[in-house]
Amino acid sequence: MTPAIELVDVHKDFGGTPIIRGVSLAIEAGTRQALIGPNGAGKSTLFNLITGKHAVSRGRIRLKGEDITGLRPYAINRRGLSRSFQVTNIFPWLSVLENVRCSVLWALGYRYSFWQRVERARDVQERADAVLEQLNLTARRHVPAGVLSYAEQRALEIGITIAGGADVILLDEPTSGMSRSETEQVVQLIREVTAGKTLVMVEHDMSVVFDLADRIAVLVYGEVIAHDTPERIRASAAVQEAYLGVPQTTG
Amino acid sequence: MSAPAPATTRHVEVAATASWTHRLRRLGVWLAAGALLLALPHVVRNPVAVPVMNQMGIAVVFALSYNMLLGQGGMLSFGHAVYFGLGGFIAAHVLNLAGPGGLYLPVPVLPLVGGLGGLLFAALFGSFSTRRAGTVFAMISLGVGELIAASSLIFDGFFGGEEGVTTNRTRAPLLLGLEFTTDRQVYYLIAGWALVAAALMYSFSRTPVGRMANAVRDNAERAEFVGYSARWVRFVSFCAAGFFAGVAGGLFAINYEILTAENLGLNASGAVLLMTYIGGIGYFVGPILGAVVFTFLQSMLSDYTGIWLLYLGIMFLATVLFVPAGLAGLIAMHLPAWRAGRLRTLAAPYALTALVALVTAAGVIGLLELVHFVVSTSPSRTTMRLFWMTVPARTLAPWLGFAAAAAAGALGVRWAAPRAAAAFAAASRPPGAP
Ligand SMILES: Nc1ncnc2c1ncn2[C@@H]1O[C@H](COP(=O)(O)OP(=O)(O)O)[C@@H](O)[C@H]1O
Ligand SMILES: [Mg+2]
Repeated sequence: MTPAIELVDVHKDFGGTPIIRGVSLAIEAGTRQALIGPNGAGKSTLFNLITGKHAVSRGRIRLKGEDITGLRPYAINRRGLSRSFQVTNIFPWLSVLENVRCSVLWALGYRYSFWQRVERARDVQERADAVLEQLNLTARRHVPAGVLSYAEQRALEIGITIAGGADVILLDEPTSGMSRSETEQVVQLIREVTAGKTLVMVEHDMSVVFDLADRIAVLVYGEVIAHDTPERIRASAAVQEAYLGVPQTTG
Repeated sequence: MSAPAPATTRHVEVAATASWTHRLRRLGVWLAAGALLLALPHVVRNPVAVPVMNQMGIAVVFALSYNMLLGQGGMLSFGHAVYFGLGGFIAAHVLNLAGPGGLYLPVPVLPLVGGLGGLLFAALFGSFSTRRAGTVFAMISLGVGELIAASSLIFDGFFGGEEGVTTNRTRAPLLLGLEFTTDRQVYYLIAGWALVAAALMYSFSRTPVGRMANAVRDNAERAEFVGYSARWVRFVSFCAAGFFAGVAGGLFAINYEILTAENLGLNASGAVLLMTYIGGIGYFVGPILGAVVFTFLQSMLSDYTGIWLLYLGIMFLATVLFVPAGLAGLIAMHLPAWRAGRLRTLAAPYALTALVALVTAAGVIGLLELVHFVVSTSPSRTTMRLFWMTVPARTLAPWLGFAAAAAAGALGVRWAAPRAAAAFAAASRPPGAP
């Protein structure tokens, strides 16, 4: 089966400093995977390369078997890949409802049309209502997104990402800065909205990682040092050493 | 996260009925606007009012088109008059081709010609200027404005040199026997076009690309990650804005029967920015209010004083500093108090603030007019008319008087304004709140 995402010897330098140093990785379609690694390892940068925010310095990236290296973010999104951001990235002056509507327009085929009204488009309405319900933001639909609480904004961030119905989803630290109970809610939400899809998720909370992921990739200093099942990652001495910075001495 | 099903259905129903009444109310607003426009020339009896209203109608269309860029799309343009002016010139030339034995082109469709002209040039210049927003876009708009202003001095055949291009609307063939000889007949044409153009521009803002224009304004990066090219969204908005600016230019050509290089210059571009901002860029009605007030002040003030541009400039500064949401924002701000039935509690503190503000304004205006008089008239003239008074401008007394008024008024404002603000805050509190 063709992988959902395939990276082949991907490199990225920023001003001559190598940040991603030869990553080859295949993400099997229909799986939930976690990307872990210490701060500054290049996890967000890797997302930026896959989604077209930054151009690779070297290497190829394929989405569902098609080469997407060098495509613009919107072109990649139209092929069914959607992402969220580590730092909340929403439309602050638009209402919550508008935020979600804008995220479904292209996917529903409205493109750049200026001959029909959004509020009369039933499919847009229904999809947006369903997403708001899923996010638990129905009551807040008419509030400008910029005034939502932090946890609500993080939920909307996920909502914008999944509303279009992309089948490959990249989430960058969706639970960062959240309380225990908020984290549990978000994990539940992620589980719901990514059922049957491919998910790659950067996450620091190990209980979330081991709870959700079918496979785990470990990125350290721009290199993938391991890509395996949670059990084997947990047991791997190399991962323990590189990731936690302490050699594993006792068992 | 999983609400019970009945709650969900009920919510959708509520939303559906809300949009129904919403639609009816919106239709009512448009009908009322149409009725008002029909009635206006009968209500306002002053004969000089009709030309001013014609000018307002043209300005309304122009300002609304400008706000498609600034308010809706987040594009600050310093050269929007280019599309107004070029549309107008093209309309004037086409009108000159019309007439007996010439082109069959009745006057009422001429604004469409202007619009297509504006659209053509917007597509041309927009193709590279919409690549980026922000400073880059603003600089390119300025550059294009300069380019076209310079071209108007070079291409005499098209721009008519110093005298501009004149035309004659009475030579065009008639449509349904409609004649356009008097200002009043032209008024109805402008009013009709303004209403249609406003409705179309409003509709545009509700379409997928219009909604995405707001999204790109807010966060161009995120828009690209939900499938939209920010550049294309800006380009479509830019073309639409150019089209309606051209419609306004076509109306101008019909109304004044002359276009000069001034109409597409930087002053005209600055004026539309000013009036749109004063009206409020965050609201659809903002540019309408701004265009009406700006045109009114412009035509009134220019009768009374030679430094009216200075006053409009001060008004613009005051808007930017104190009411960045503009006139429309000022009105919208008071809706909560109005709904709570507490507007009356604001009357006294507002009246007091207005009074002292007026005293300040009178003092400042007096001083400015004195300065203007002293520097612009020969020393032999010693008295001037000011506020229904004859003032000995070259003595100390009026200067001291106006300075005292300005100072006293300013102190009064400092005392009264916080009280008005407190009254506003109290009146705006939601009804249930303590
Ligand atoms: N646009 C950029 N320009 C320069 N350096 C960058 C840029 N983006 C990321 N980096 C650098 O790349 C490294 C990896 O960053 P990042 O991918 O955000 O790490 P992670 O998400 O794993 O914490 C950091 O040292 C960061 O400073
Ligand atoms: Mg990161």
